[in-house]
Amino acid sequence: MTAAGLTKRSKIVSNKTMSFWEKIYLPAIIHGMWITAGHLFRKKTTVRYPEVKREFSEIYRGKHVLKRDDEGRERCTACGLCAVACPAEAITMVAAERKPGEENLYREEKYASTYEINMLRCIFCGLCEEACPKEAIFLTKEIVNADYDRDKFIYGKELLVEPMDPLKRIDVSKRQTPEVLEFKKDRNQRHNVH
Amino acid sequence: MILFKTIFASAVLLLSLVVAMYSTLIERKMAGFFQDRLGPDRAGPWGIFQPLADGIKLFFKEEFMPNTADKFLYILGPSLTMLIACLTSAVIPWGPDIVINGQTYSLQMADVNIGILYIFAIVSIGVYGIMIGGWASNNKYALLGAVRASSQMISYELAMSLSIIAIVMMTGSLSMRDIVNQQQGFNWNIWYQPLAFLIFLICAFAETNRSPFDLPECETELVGGYHTEYSSMKLGFYLFSEYINMFISGAVMATLFLGGYHFPFIDKLGLSPNAFAFVSFLVFFAKITFFGFIFMWVRWTLPRFRYDQLMRLGWKALIPLAILNVLITGVVILLNQ
Repeated sequence: MTAAGLTKRSKIVSNKTMSFWEKIYLPAIIHGMWITAGHLFRKKTTVRYPEVKREFSEIYRGKHVLKRDDEGRERCTACGLCAVACPAEAITMVAAERKPGEENLYREEKYASTYEINMLRCIFCGLCEEACPKEAIFLTKEIVNADYDRDKFIYGKELLVEPMDPLKRIDVSKRQTPEVLEFKKDRNQRHNVH
Repeated sequence: MILFKTIFASAVLLLSLVVAMYSTLIERKMAGFFQDRLGPDRAGPWGIFQPLADGIKLFFKEEFMPNTADKFLYILGPSLTMLIACLTSAVIPWGPDIVINGQTYSLQMADVNIGILYIFAIVSIGVYGIMIGGWASNNKYALLGAVRASSQMISYELAMSLSIIAIVMMTGSLSMRDIVNQQQGFNWNIWYQPLAFLIFLICAFAETNRSPFDLPECETELVGGYHTEYSSMKLGFYLFSEYINMFISGAVMATLFLGGYHFPFIDKLGLSPNAFAFVSFLVFFAKITFFGFIFMWVRWTLPRFRYDQLMRLGWKALIPLAILNVLITGVVILLNQ
């Protein structure tokens, strides 16, 4: 008596025997070798890295930059919205009050005396950029370099703030897409146009 | 004469070592190309210093020996494998005779009249290196690899020898030189014995432990197989001898089936004896390279055989086919008499 008679749950399994041509393997082997021979002459996907660099997207989300305004003043006002928005909790800052005579350094009356991003925590999502009401933080096409020491990945202002020299400013216009600008308008950030 | 033999023997040894060294690079290049990659290209232009870098790496690696290992046998294993891999080239005719100062020299180290038997004798000792290494490591994976290697090599040696019997019946000689000289021009043995060639080719894959028959070192099941416990240059010897074996088995196949150094029309070019010998050697080398390419091509195409499939193929397919081939050859020879 078969198992089917006992439980009525048995299934018929396809246990097809190989045909003669399948048994001698050779046609299948030659077919396989034909396929690999085709790959021999195919264009290679390798990018020879240090010599050739794969082009980044225009809106690549890499290392952050803290922008200055047209007069070279730091835009950041240490409101902490970026730190709140950050899902990885990578951003910390200490706020300070602008002293008289520092108007050429800081745009607002309050500024970030320290501003640190832990690049090992950061997931480069760009939410800090979206949260910023002052257009101060942006993600750039630069990448965060590898290092041997974990402590070196906590980037302070000296690494994040863009240079004062107008020629060395970091262009973030590509990340200020119309959608982003529109989004900021929606949230009544019109005071922040300049 | 002795001086020439010494120089020639060293040259052949050097050639097989250099070819084996660069086979490792070409193998990796080929692997890359078959997989739409470029392969190693960092060390020097096109990675030509890669084998040197690998060699240096192997020399400077820690010389590890398991403390339960049989020390004498543990060292004997890779040494034997390497020695035997280098021995086979002795009977291979590398080219026609050359003339220096009116004296003719043979481009074959020893024209033994039992050349084929010599090759089989050496090849069957080859399994001892693996067997001893696997046993001496005192590791179950190594032992399993060694057991697999020995049973695989013994099984496939039978079919290999049987396929050669058909060639020997045709030529009536066991000397490699005679076999080559009977394949003048395009009169190659492969046209008369395609089945024997196929069987020999398949067995050569098994004898050199190359994929799809690389069960002795099967990484997925046996860690590293017989060389699991080996490190440094002892491991290097095992890996290196595989490439020497590949080169030599390519040479044997070219000699037995593809007419050795013969090629149509090169004897009609009117070259001086030495130039002719040189061109013939190049032709021979090109044939060996062709086989080397086939070895690599197959390795990066086919998956590994299962152990029972391997045994079934050897005993139930190749040996009966080889015997059938011997029978047919015998009948044809009788009918032609």
